Amino acid sequence: MTTTLDRPAASSAAITKPRPTFRQRLNVFDVKASPYLYIAPFFILFALVGLFPLGYTFVVSLFDWHLLKGQGEFVGLQNFREVLQDRFFWNSLFNTMSIFLLSTIPQLVVAITIAAVLDQNLRARTFWRMSILLPYIVTPVAVAMIFANMFGEQYGLINNILGAVGIDPVLWMNETLPSHIAIATMVNWRWTGYNALILLAAMQAVPRDVYEAAAIDGARPLRRFFSITLPSIRPTMIFVVITATIGGLQIFTEPKLFDPRTAGGTARQFQTTVLYLWEMAFQRQNFGKAATIAWLLFIIIILFGILNWLISRRIATSGDSRNGGGPARRRRRKRSATPAVVLPAVGPQPPAPAADQPPEPPVETAGRPAGTTPRRGT
Amino acid sequence: MTAIDTRPQQARTPGARGRTFKRGMLGNGRRPGFLTYGLLCAFFLASAYPLWWSAVIGSRSNEALGLTWPPLLPGGNFWTNVGEVFDTIPFWLALGNSVLISGIITVSVVTFSTLAGYSFAKLRFKGRNGLMVAVIATMAIPTQLGVIPLFMLMRTLGWTGEIGAVVIPTLVTAFGVFFMRQYLVDVIPDELIEAARVDGASMISTFWHVALPAARPAMAILGLFTFMTAWTDFLWPLLVLDATNPTLQTALSQLQAARYVDYSIVLAGAVMATLPLLALFIVAGRQLISGIMQGAVKG
Repeated sequence: MTTTLDRPAASSAAITKPRPTFRQRLNVFDVKASPYLYIAPFFILFALVGLFPLGYTFVVSLFDWHLLKGQGEFVGLQNFREVLQDRFFWNSLFNTMSIFLLSTIPQLVVAITIAAVLDQNLRARTFWRMSILLPYIVTPVAVAMIFANMFGEQYGLINNILGAVGIDPVLWMNETLPSHIAIATMVNWRWTGYNALILLAAMQAVPRDVYEAAAIDGARPLRRFFSITLPSIRPTMIFVVITATIGGLQIFTEPKLFDPRTAGGTARQFQTTVLYLWEMAFQRQNFGKAATIAWLLFIIIILFGILNWLISRRIATSGDSRNGGGPARRRRRKRSATPAVVLPAVGPQPPAPAADQPPEPPVETAGRPAGTTPRRGT
Repeated sequence: MTAIDTRPQQARTPGARGRTFKRGMLGNGRRPGFLTYGLLCAFFLASAYPLWWSAVIGSRSNEALGLTWPPLLPGGNFWTNVGEVFDTIPFWLALGNSVLISGIITVSVVTFSTLAGYSFAKLRFKGRNGLMVAVIATMAIPTQLGVIPLFMLMRTLGWTGEIGAVVIPTLVTAFGVFFMRQYLVDVIPDELIEAARVDGASMISTFWHVALPAARPAMAILGLFTFMTAWTDFLWPLLVLDATNPTLQTALSQLQAARYVDYSIVLAGAVMATLPLLALFIVAGRQLISGIMQGAVKG
């Protein structure tokens, strides 16, 4: 800012002189190079500490590599062959998927319910929002410690209560499904409120007059919820599922600390894939195989990402057709329900969450309502 | 809670049909009913009870666990248990380490994300769109799976056991860049940047005097979430740090492994470790909520 006064002198010099001054060349260099200089730290650091290790994982997986002895012979795809035939690897994948499903689906349902309850003209709004976010500030380690005790088989809170109402104690740690439920509960407890707030933001982006119009047309609250709210927040729901997938497939802390003495239970009944990776690398000290597991999991996560993306695209484009309601709605569609279907979930706020979503809802907005409504009406 | 009963009558707007308000989907101006607050109380209990229960057990002794119905109020054993926690793990060292690690990571992520986000949002350069797509694509890449080469690298450098080893892998995040870019693209008018340039400000001074002040709210939110993510990280510190120089999370896990049978001490530790974040939550809870609602993502 202090250079303001020098500037006119420099530019008038440029008009008279054909050769750019040193100052101008400096300025041109500044303009050209600065953008790259600003993004360079990110890309360099990310390449060094993010991408390179990931790529090098593949190299390690091709070798016989020991934690202490270091690099051994080149074995090609031998590690992959062995891991793919490894019962424990498939067991860990099964456990990961099971815990993932047990945590994602109930979580989404409850989060939507909470969001719908919060999406009203509440008293003490901030208090209720903070209260559901409270679990988020408890770290996963503390969550695992708390719930490991609550789900204790002998003196755990939950078995105590079950006993008091006459139900036999559940072997929360030793049986497969109960242990998965216990671990999923930890995940659900910590993340449900968080996701509810994301969904709440999406719900609040739905213009209120759409609800008013639907109400005037006689749509009951429940119908309004299923016909207006749910379709409108769909992109955000997809976003929540995608982030839950990336995190859920790499779950480690909760199963590790559920029983800290083992790596996922005495019979590996809740050993997740990252936990198996950890066991392979630091207990069995086989870095080659551990890298193989990491690389396979990487591929699985990428595949899941692509799958998610494809599904979300399909849902986004085939959009409202599956949400068409009964005859009552169809009759009234022209006036009330149509605009609701086509709203981008988190529109106006600058940092819209769904990285790959923003382009899609507007497409819907532009093309859908005029085209589809009459067609389905007939 | 006592005020609920009076609300419905008071809130009823003329001309509207009463039955549509019961579930309160309409929002504006109308007050929701008893059912809503009942549900909210249930959510509140589900959120808070596990924490409260830990505080209750953590302030008693192991016998409290044997009772069929759990006690509802804390006992007088908390400080004894705290003493046991201090004897078992280096709590203050771990706390200091966690603050230091999360602080360094936060400063680094916020600085580099703001710089790169500004560049992507407001500057014109060749390859901008391609590079931005690369940033978005990397958000979906689970870089945590590179732990094995990273561990080998840290061992070769002789950094295992040092705080630097924990900090290195998360100095930048693709999400941070994306987040700052999304925010800045709308918030800074191009005219403002041009005006600064015409006045002869260099690129960096334009960034400093125009972009940075505008970016501050987003930087705060990004910083808050980066701090949380770094604070809660467990796997990587567990791999590179040892028991003598832990973070709070790895120290807690040692406590659980060492005191596996004495739950009251384990839970006292869990409560102690939660208190700093609880304080942060009370101070910055509103920002956290608005950050999430503006689309901050879990790390």
